[in-house]
Amino acid sequence: MLEAENLECVRGERRLFAGLDFKLDAGELLYLQGRNGAGKTSLLRMLIGLLPPEAGKIRWQGASIKSDDFRGDLCYLGHLNAIKEELTPLENLLAAARLADEELSEDDAIDALEQVGLAGREDLACKYLSQGQKRRVALARLVNEKRPLWILDEPFVALDTVAVDWLAGIISAHLQRGGLAVMTTHQPVSIPAGTVRELRLG
Amino acid sequence: MLGIIMAVIGRDLKLAMRRQADIVSALFFFIIVVSLFPLGIGPEPDLLRKLAPGVLWVAALLATMLSLPRLFADDHRDGTLEQLALAPHPLGLVVTGKVIAHWLVSGLPLALIAPVLGIQFDLSADALIVLTGAILLGTPALSGIGAIGAALTLGLRGGGVLLSLLVLPLYIPVLIFGAGAVDATVTGLGGEGHLSLLAAITFASVGFAPWATAAALKIALE
Repeated sequence: MLEAENLECVRGERRLFAGLDFKLDAGELLYLQGRNGAGKTSLLRMLIGLLPPEAGKIRWQGASIKSDDFRGDLCYLGHLNAIKEELTPLENLLAAARLADEELSEDDAIDALEQVGLAGREDLACKYLSQGQKRRVALARLVNEKRPLWILDEPFVALDTVAVDWLAGIISAHLQRGGLAVMTTHQPVSIPAGTVRELRLG
Repeated sequence: MLGIIMAVIGRDLKLAMRRQADIVSALFFFIIVVSLFPLGIGPEPDLLRKLAPGVLWVAALLATMLSLPRLFADDHRDGTLEQLALAPHPLGLVVTGKVIAHWLVSGLPLALIAPVLGIQFDLSADALIVLTGAILLGTPALSGIGAIGAALTLGLRGGGVLLSLLVLPLYIPVLIFGAGAVDATVTGLGGEGHLSLLAAITFASVGFAPWATAAALKIALE
């Protein structure tokens, strides 16, 4: 499904990695590991097509990732939350779904916010939420996310232990449905389902 | 295709409504700059009538410049720009939506208030109508061209000054034909020719600028 071939990354004057190959099939999770500055985020940005690789190819279902179709299969969660402070959590979820061309009913969105523990705060502007709560708004997108490829940059940062377990469950369910996930994390988190592959950079 | 443009417009308008201070401050800037001229020059109707088109248009350019730096900067800072770039549509369409939303909150209010300000310059009714029409036709071009500059200076320190250096020279054709239309009406020549050219500039820039902007945004996101 997702293949990377001979990838090379150069940031500034430094070569972060070269000759990187991997292949990920349905139901598999790729754990990216490595010290700070090893190029984990750069690799993720290459996989989503925002950073062109210095050399090498990335293919999704056999085709180049430069097409609009690839982006229709991709869900990316960066280390920025990508939520608007002026909008409420509910409006943020609905706007994100509309921009990604996904159907999301208001009931499903409210349900997703309840799952991440934001019940009763649907109508409060996000600027009044704490860091952890803002992160939860961003993660609530994953609850109804049906797209097959998830690319998550440090998804467990700023979450308490209950939320970490919840998120691990959401990722497991996604893998069981035949989805793929690539993520970076510094915390050891066990994902109960799917095949887990590891890739160490640097 | 229309769906994504409407989705972006809807989101940006909602954000603008929650942050009305931005719209109001650019509008008040326009009103105050235009109103300073009659006060400074004194009550000489002939001179004021001659100055009016140029003063109103220069003030409109500057008022548009005020809101440009934030066109993409907010989305870039909170990560939503990445998500917009990853939407399963060409980025140019997303930018088209943002340009239209920018015009609705920055250009349209200027056109609506312009006839009231024109009265201070003793413009005739005909000239006021042409002035409003010219600003309505010309300001979308300002938003379109400005978006290219905003994308090129995204993430730069002191980008605001660089943005005006980049964008203001490109605004010159709009200024010439926009002010020319009103001038021609005042002198009795008729402003239709100028207005046609202004419409042509607007169509070209709203049609093409978003794609140039999208290319610049992709570089900024690397």
